[in-house]
Amino acid sequence: MSLSFLLLAVAALCALSFYFGRQRAVALSGGRYSNLHSLPAHYGTYVALWCGLPALLLLLVWHSLQGSIIQAMIISELPAEITGDAGQLSLALNSISLIAAGNGQHLNVVPEVIDAGQRLANLQTIANAAMIVVMLSGSVLGVSLSYRKISAELRARNNVERIFRWMMIACSAIAILSTVGIVFSLLFEALHFFSKISPVEFLFGLEWSPQTAIRADQVASEGAFGAIPLFVGTLLITIIAMCVAVPVGLFSAIYMGEYASPKFRAVAKPALEILAGVPTVVYGFFAALTVAPFLRNNGAVLGLDVSSESALAAGLVMGVMIIPFVSSLSDDVMSQVPKSLRDGSYGLGATKSETIRHVIFPAALPGIVGAVLLAVSRAIGETMIVVMAAGLAANMTVNPLQAVTTVTVQIVTLLVGDQEFDSAKTLSAFALGLVLFLVTLGLNVFALKVVQKYREKYD
Amino acid sequence: MTDMASLMEDRAAAKVISDKVQKPVDWDSPKIARNIKKRYAAERRFKIYGLSAIGVALLALFVLAFSIGSKGYTAFFQTYVQLEINFDPAEIDPNGTGDPAVIGKANFDDLIKKALLARFPDVTDRRDKRDLYGVVSGGASYDLRERVMENPNLIGQTRKIWLISGDDFDMLNKGYIDANVDEGSRRLNDKEIGWYDALVSDGAVEKKFHSRFFTSGDSREPELAGIWGAAVGSFYTLLVTLFLSFPIGVLAAVYLEEFAPKNRFTTIVEVNINNLAAVPSIVFGLLGLEVYLNVMHLPRSAPVVGGLTLALMTLPTIIIASRAAIKAVPPSIRQAALGLGASPVQTVTHHVLPLAMPGILTGTIIGMAQALGETAPLLMIGMVAFIVDIPGGALDPATVLPVQIYLWADSPERAFVEKTSAAIMVLLAFLILMNGLAVYLRKKFERKW
Repeated sequence: MSLSFLLLAVAALCALSFYFGRQRAVALSGGRYSNLHSLPAHYGTYVALWCGLPALLLLLVWHSLQGSIIQAMIISELPAEITGDAGQLSLALNSISLIAAGNGQHLNVVPEVIDAGQRLANLQTIANAAMIVVMLSGSVLGVSLSYRKISAELRARNNVERIFRWMMIACSAIAILSTVGIVFSLLFEALHFFSKISPVEFLFGLEWSPQTAIRADQVASEGAFGAIPLFVGTLLITIIAMCVAVPVGLFSAIYMGEYASPKFRAVAKPALEILAGVPTVVYGFFAALTVAPFLRNNGAVLGLDVSSESALAAGLVMGVMIIPFVSSLSDDVMSQVPKSLRDGSYGLGATKSETIRHVIFPAALPGIVGAVLLAVSRAIGETMIVVMAAGLAANMTVNPLQAVTTVTVQIVTLLVGDQEFDSAKTLSAFALGLVLFLVTLGLNVFALKVVQKYREKYD
Repeated sequence: MTDMASLMEDRAAAKVISDKVQKPVDWDSPKIARNIKKRYAAERRFKIYGLSAIGVALLALFVLAFSIGSKGYTAFFQTYVQLEINFDPAEIDPNGTGDPAVIGKANFDDLIKKALLARFPDVTDRRDKRDLYGVVSGGASYDLRERVMENPNLIGQTRKIWLISGDDFDMLNKGYIDANVDEGSRRLNDKEIGWYDALVSDGAVEKKFHSRFFTSGDSREPELAGIWGAAVGSFYTLLVTLFLSFPIGVLAAVYLEEFAPKNRFTTIVEVNINNLAAVPSIVFGLLGLEVYLNVMHLPRSAPVVGGLTLALMTLPTIIIASRAAIKAVPPSIRQAALGLGASPVQTVTHHVLPLAMPGILTGTIIGMAQALGETAPLLMIGMVAFIVDIPGGALDPATVLPVQIYLWADSPERAFVEKTSAAIMVLLAFLILMNGLAVYLRKKFERKW
């Protein structure tokens, strides 16, 4: 039975229980609703909630535990020569799940694994059936208890509203939960990584080549995990992006806010906003197939050797992507400068541009700095443009015409494809992710503080 | 003595001031005129800087749109080659059974090869033959089989039939391969171009609307690849995202705006929402990989995992938009409802939420549009697999439109460039549609209180 069908069935049961709960309340009222404590619909909702919530909670718990428990059961029955080696174990587990799904005919594996595959298929069927039984019995139990409790005195509305309030609190808590989830999942794997590679080597090492040997007999480099080249590359591309985004964004904000006629604004502002709505993968394609060849060809004309994965191409396109971000944020900030400052400047005979340059801009500077910092944090975390247009090799260079790689590119290349969660190669992606998260978080908190302080100044 | 000195100093100072005051500025002097001229020039320059900044941004937008459009529009058409196919009964149905199972197993590839050899009888060399077979796509035999299955009367006849061409041939017909460059540096050799010219002079090469692009899944062959699989994957992913993030987002927004007491919990929630909105999307991918795949053992590459990951990303957008919409409902509405005896929950569900709904929906659509364009987190959870089948549900392996674009952009075949651009156009069309809907909702239901 598929998940969506199960959910539909639960929804149908809820609707039924609502109907019967309401009917019972109507019957109890004897035709006068004022005999009841709450409206009939509240009694219906009361029963429906007791039908749906236990089922959904059980489903959630069951689904988050089922995979690990079944896997543990399978592993416990595998022979020791397979479970002893982590690489073999993950290979065997893969084959087992393939066999369980019915796609394992061509696999050449030991009979224990085939048995385990069949056992897995059996266990999954049993688990699914058991889950449905547990869910339904939870529902039935909830309905029968709550249905029996219906009486004219039952404070159904208060009960329903209390549940509603707790649901709202739970939903708000998800924001906290996801932050906690991010921190813990990054921290857990990053600590794993730092138990193999020292943090000092990671943060200050000058060489990055994570391609370690997967099997013992493979020829591969030792693997070096010094992340400085990645940080330099990220910084280089970010700086190039900012060189495009800050002047263009700032000047367009100034023009939009101070000079443009309402008609021009009505056209140009949404047009700029389109730039923010274009998916990053589209920018990546544009950078890799239009901008990079263009730079390369023009560089050749000028006698420059431009790499086809130059930092310049990725940085320029990233800058274009960030223009609307800078412009709308600085527009916000500048429009908050009090009118009195402006009027004072005009009163002394300053022209518009003099007012902007000598009064509004200095007054808005802290806010603009905050906006730029937010843009920097966005540029650092941007992934698709650099994955598609920047290089893979970790070159230590500040030459924008050469290929550099960034933190996000390395995370993607390390984690796309086969993964083994015991090799330093895979784990290093989480360490990079942790650094990325901390840096962007720090920038954001700082920038928001700056902007807030600036707002308070003029409120 | 000291008094005297200070008095003298004061007098001297007063004289300096009176000298200055007595000498009025001559506003018509050439110096001032020059100065004013300079200041006005600076003013004009400043204005031009602003205008050119906007010009640069719009130019970038235009170049982006133009480069995608000019590269991609050709992908909506596909080259077909007309060949005289002999539906040889000996090949298709040797015993004349008419049994669909027998016909289905027949070697239709062979029929095409024979037709090609019949058209170009002078090709005998093995390598040349292989090149010649490349004129027609490997997928053409499936089309041929379908045609015969539909109409078994064809068996025994010889018909002129339009077959889908191979990708290199298609590129040549669309003008992407320059026949004038050196033979070694292009994908097709002189012989192949000669066959092309011969077929063109027969009138046997034609571009037709490429409906397969919209109806089929991914393929290694550019001419057979389509976006339907990715579109369905995107649909399931967004469905999961919507079903999770909309109710959770709205409930959280209602709580924070209408019920939450001002305490530490609320402050932490608000700080977290603001921070989540700024976390790089790839970090959400790492979260999804660790929590959903490694801890919960949900299926890899499945839209349900993608949806769960994107839901966390969309949540801040929906919460922030919903809070703004709820805040915009005037307090008088609440007071009226409360005054008539409604409970706070009734006030919210019966009055505030319906009035705030247009704003909430607008925010939700914008959040969904963002989720539709998101790529990086989905790479982390394995939605980059090469998947030919159209996914049948949220638990099947699938890919999504932006990831499909990424995969095609990485493919070496020249023909995938136009497919990528065309897929981008489809994706942008969906995004424009969604954002247009959001604007329409806002315009139609926006109320000024």
